[in-house]
Amino acid sequence: MEQMKKKLHLGKTNREKVTTFGLVIALYVFVEILQRTGNLSNLMRGQLVPICAYMIMALSLNLTVGILGELSLGHAGFVSIGAFTGVTVASLLRPVVSQNWILFVIALVAGGTLAGIVGFLIGIPVLRLRGDYLAIVTLAFGEIVKSLVNNLYIGFDQNGIHFAFLHDTLNLAEGGKKIIAGPMGATTIPKVSTFLAGVLLVLFCLYFLYRLLGSKMGRAIKAMRDNSIAAESVGINITRYKLTAFTMSAFMAGMGGVLFGLNYSSIIAGKFNVDLSILILVFVVLGGLGNLRGSIIAAGVLTVLPELLRSLRDYRMLAYSIVLIAIMLITNNQILVQWWTQRKKDLKNMFTRLRKSGQGGEG
Amino acid sequence: MERLVPTPSLGVIPERDSGKPLILDIHGLGIDFGGLHAVEDFTLLIGHTEIAGLIGPNGAGKTTVFNLITSVYQPTRGVILFDGYDTRGKRPDEVCRMGIARTFQNIRLFKDMSVLDNVLVGMHNHVQYSMLSAFLHTPSYHRKEKEARDKAMELLSLFDMQHMAKWQAGSLPYGAQRRLEIVRALATEPKLLLLDEPAAGMNPAETAELMQNIRSIRDRFGIAILLIEHDMSLVMGICEGIAVLNYGKIIAKGSPEQIRNNPTVIEAYLGKQEA
Ligand SMILES: Nc1ncnc2c1ncn2[C@@H]1O[C@H](COP(=O)(O)OP(=O)(O)OP(=O)(O)O)[C@@H](O)[C@H]1O
Ligand SMILES: [Mg+2]
Repeated sequence: MEQMKKKLHLGKTNREKVTTFGLVIALYVFVEILQRTGNLSNLMRGQLVPICAYMIMALSLNLTVGILGELSLGHAGFVSIGAFTGVTVASLLRPVVSQNWILFVIALVAGGTLAGIVGFLIGIPVLRLRGDYLAIVTLAFGEIVKSLVNNLYIGFDQNGIHFAFLHDTLNLAEGGKKIIAGPMGATTIPKVSTFLAGVLLVLFCLYFLYRLLGSKMGRAIKAMRDNSIAAESVGINITRYKLTAFTMSAFMAGMGGVLFGLNYSSIIAGKFNVDLSILILVFVVLGGLGNLRGSIIAAGVLTVLPELLRSLRDYRMLAYSIVLIAIMLITNNQILVQWWTQRKKDLKNMFTRLRKSGQGGEG
Repeated sequence: MERLVPTPSLGVIPERDSGKPLILDIHGLGIDFGGLHAVEDFTLLIGHTEIAGLIGPNGAGKTTVFNLITSVYQPTRGVILFDGYDTRGKRPDEVCRMGIARTFQNIRLFKDMSVLDNVLVGMHNHVQYSMLSAFLHTPSYHRKEKEARDKAMELLSLFDMQHMAKWQAGSLPYGAQRRLEIVRALATEPKLLLLDEPAAGMNPAETAELMQNIRSIRDRFGIAILLIEHDMSLVMGICEGIAVLNYGKIIAKGSPEQIRNNPTVIEAYLGKQEA
C-alpha cells in the first residue's frame, strides 16, 4: 500500500490526452448544435473564434512558462506579429486566391513563421537571463512590438508593396490599397477565420504539444526545468533546447494571432498590449502550469464568463475578479486538493470492491 | 588487488592500464574563489579501468575538483586531459558527451519525473530519431523508444530497481536516490564515472552492497571510476589508488596501504576520523 502511493500513474498522460481531445471535439459539436438550433446569442457567436485563438495563445505560453519554466510577459508581441503578418499576407493574396481556406492556411504559415523567427532571434540573448530579468525583458519586447506596429504603414498598388515607418509616405497609385495604417491598424481584413478552422488549429496545437512531450526532446525540456545542472551533466544542451522550445512557442502564438486577426474586419496594434500578455498568463496559471487541458478550459471559461456575467451590469468585473480569486484559492488550496484526492481514491476503492463482489457473485 | 606501477609523468596507475593512454591526466590544476585558493596545483592520473579515491576533510576542495573536471567551473590554472583531449572551454554537456558522467553530493535527480524517465534522460544523446519521426510516431520512433526503455530497465536491474521504474524519483528512499543517480550517469555511456560521496546516508549493509555494485560496474563496463567518500571502509575496500586533499592541496597519493600508514594523512584527516 505504501508503495502504491509512490507510483506515478503513467497511464494518466494517455488518459489525459484522450479526454482533452475529446473535450475539444465535444465542445465543438455542442456549439454547432446550439448554433444550428438557433440557441446561440450573436454575442456568443462572435466569441467563438477568439476563444479558439485564446486557447492557442494559452497553449503556446504554457510551453514557455509551464513546460520550459521561463516567465515571459511579452507573449502579446508574438501574437501581434502573427496577426499583422497574417492580415498583410491575406490582403495581398486576396485578389489571386479565391478559396478562403487556402488563404487562411497561407496566412497561418506566414504569421507563425515570422513570429517564430522573431522568437528565435529574441531568444538568443533573452534566454540567458533568469527569472525576473527575463520577465522584464519580455515585457519590454511586447511593448516594443506594439510601438513598432503602431507606426507601421503597409500598402500595395500595381507597382508592388510599399512600406513606410512613422509617417504615411506610402504614396499609393490610383487603385492602391492600404493594408496597415499605423495607429489606425488594419482596416479591410479578409475575414477568413472560421470556428471550424479555430477548433482544428487547437487540436493541431494539442497534438503537437503532446507529441513533443512524449519525445526525447520533451523529456529533456522537463528535465531542464526540474534540475538544469543535472540536465547539463547528462549531456543536454540547455541553451539549444530552451531556444527551440521558445521558438516553437512563438510560432504557435503567431498562429493564434493569425486566427484572431483574420476574424475581424479591423484590428489595431494597441489591442496586443500588456493586458493581453497578462490575460494569457492568467489562463496558463489558472489552468495549471504544464497542464494543457487546464489551459484550454481556463481560456474558454474566462472568455465566456464576462459575457455570462453581463446581466450583472456594473458588478460584472467585480464578479469576474471574485471568480478568479475563487478559482485560484480552490486550485491552490492544499486542503481542498487533498480532500479531492481522498474522495477520488474512496470512489475508486468503492468501484473495485463493487467489481470484486460482482465477480465473486458470478463465480 | 592490482600492483601499482609508475607512469612517465609522476603518479601511479594500476599495472593492467599501463599500456593504454590515461583516461584522466590532470596537471597543476587550480581555481580561486575571490581570494580563496580552493584548489591548488592539483595533479592526478587515472588509468583506463581504475577505481580511484579522492578523500580529505570537509571543505578540502574535493567537490570543486569534480566541478572542474566536468567544466561546471573553468580552472584558473592547469590542464585537464580526458582520454587525451583537453576539456578547456568545453561546456558541461559537451564534457559529458566526451565521456565523463557524475553524481552529485547533494542529490540532483529530476524529482518530478519517474525513475524510468530519469534514466531515459540520461540516455538522451544515445536515443536517435528525428523530431519529425517523433511528431509522426513513425515505426523508427517506436522502435528506438522501446530499445531505450529496455536498455534503461536493464541498467536499473544493476541495482535491482526495475520494480521502481514508474515511481516518482523524488519519492524514493534516500539510498535508492543515490543509486538512481549512478544509473542515470551510467546511461550516458561514460568512460569515466565520478561519484561524489555515493555512500553518504547509507547504512553499513547498504554501503557493503554499494561496494560490490561499484566494482561490478567497473568490471562490466570496463570504465574508470573516481570517487569521493568519507566512509573509509568503502574507500580502502575498493580504491586502487587514493589521493588525499587538504586545504585544496594534495598531501598524499598512493595505494590504500600507503595512505592508511601515511603520518601526514593520519594527522590531517584519518586520525580525526578514527579518534
Ligand atoms: N562556487 C563557490 N564560490 C565560492 N567558494 C566556493 C565555491 N564552491 C566551493 N567553494 C569553497 O571551496 C572550498 C572547497 O569546497 P568543496 O565543496 O570542494 O569541499 P569538499 O571537499 O567537497 O567538502 P565536503 O567534504 O564537505 O563535501 C570550501 O571552502 C567552499 O566554501
Ligand atoms: Mg563535497
